[in-house]
Amino acid sequence: MTDVGTVGREPLVALDHVDKWFGQLHVLQDINLVIGRGEVVVVIGPSGSGKSTLCRAINRLETIDKGTIALDGQPLPQEGKALAQLRAEVGMVFQSFNLFAHKTILENVMLGPVKVRKQPKADAEKRARELLDRVGVGHQAEKYPAQLSGGQQQRVAIARALAMEPKVMLFDEPTSALDPEMIKEVLDVMVDLARGGMTMVVVTHEMGFARTAGDRVVFMADGRIVEENTPEEFFDNPRSERAKDFLSKILKH
Amino acid sequence: MNEVFSNFDLVLRAFWLTVQIAALSGVVSLVLGTVLVAMRIGPIGVLRQFATTYVTLVRNTPLLVVFIFIFIAAPNVGWFVHTPFLLKGVIAVSLYTSTFVCEALRSGINAVPVGQAEAARAIGMTFSQNLAHVVLPQAFRASVPPLGSTMIAMTKNTSVAAVFGLMEATGRMRFFTNRHADDAVGILIVFAVGYIVIVELISLASYGLERRWRAAR
Ligand SMILES: Nc1ncnc2c1ncn2[C@@H]1O[C@H](COP(=O)(O)OP(=O)(O)OP(=O)(O)O)[C@@H](O)[C@H]1O
Ligand SMILES: [Mg+2]
Repeated sequence: MTDVGTVGREPLVALDHVDKWFGQLHVLQDINLVIGRGEVVVVIGPSGSGKSTLCRAINRLETIDKGTIALDGQPLPQEGKALAQLRAEVGMVFQSFNLFAHKTILENVMLGPVKVRKQPKADAEKRARELLDRVGVGHQAEKYPAQLSGGQQQRVAIARALAMEPKVMLFDEPTSALDPEMIKEVLDVMVDLARGGMTMVVVTHEMGFARTAGDRVVFMADGRIVEENTPEEFFDNPRSERAKDFLSKILKH
Repeated sequence: MNEVFSNFDLVLRAFWLTVQIAALSGVVSLVLGTVLVAMRIGPIGVLRQFATTYVTLVRNTPLLVVFIFIFIAAPNVGWFVHTPFLLKGVIAVSLYTSTFVCEALRSGINAVPVGQAEAARAIGMTFSQNLAHVVLPQAFRASVPPLGSTMIAMTKNTSVAAVFGLMEATGRMRFFTNRHADDAVGILIVFAVGYIVIVELISLASYGLERRWRAAR
């Protein structure tokens, strides 16, 4: 195991010998991964390699069959209130935004703080407006998700996750459902977050982002972590055949 | 006919009773139906099983049989013995209608993208918070047309109560037709118009809700 990135960092998320099956399919195979506080880990790999499953396992949207996952030293709770509490500490941004369609942008961001964190409405609104301003959609606060562009919706989704003051943010291909001209506005917000010291796990094929903001690249194939390295080393000198093959394919585009 | 119009207060009172049964049953069956659907999609196996069995059983039972159960069978074993007729009617209609409400809501829930429920879980909402704030509000909106039809069917179903002596609209209509068989057609028309007015009001409310909620996104 290389320790790129985690050196000198306090571990925040720790996956230890994690295995998961979907029926016969062994989607996560003996995954060992430690993510340090403030670290930005970019997960990359071919379709079906288990990247989403890995992300979803970290906030237990998927259960695992073997091994342990710990957040801040605590193993993930099995279910109930404790699990909900854990999820509140882990922000998640999905490929398809998943904003609440019947609520305004402002309400989307306020819902978690008010219902889960039991914050007073006025405080939650003040904070939500700050976050919306920060991601550049403050002037859209009263609109509904369907009235916003994809890029705007994804920035709202980031604000909604940030409103919970998470310890770590998970991004599962946050820009792959976006039109090219909107990708940058979302990546800019993410780069900002990374600079601000947020711990992030980002599944993406955006090499620019990985190089600018990533501390470490984790390359997955067939449910395994095949290679880990700094972004520069990984993209310039991939060591494994799988990674070389994969990079040659995505670089052609 | 003259008989009907000179006793028009009886007609109005009968329809008022119909409206009362329908309104009370509407509220109770919406609440019961929501509870049933929450059980059906919930994480607790026993409740899921119970709700599924209940819906299958009651939905496939003729309403008349449900009425017989509440009005005749139940009092025989000591239940609902002193319950007023109006309330017993409401109980029978609600037990029956809630299964249709449950099914209408279930189709509405299927129309809510799973990603939204997942996003709600990801910000730390519990199952019931997720239902209350994310899934059900949207499921209700998506279910307005089938729920409207269910409420209309329910309103007409309240007429079964006439069999058990409640002088609601259908009961009163039979009272008139029994006495003035020669005027049966005219009497039928008067009462049909009454039902049409009520049903149209429900339709209008349903369209109104549908339009308002479609606008708000
Ligand atoms: N709920 C599920 N049930 C069964 N199989 C699943 C399920 N979810 C994912 N899989 C399978 O598990 C494997 C890994 O899926 P996963 O979504 O984690 O891959 P991925 O690396 O994110 O791929 P992509 O780049 O296409 O998003 C795939 O073969 C997928 O078909
Ligand atoms: Mg994926």
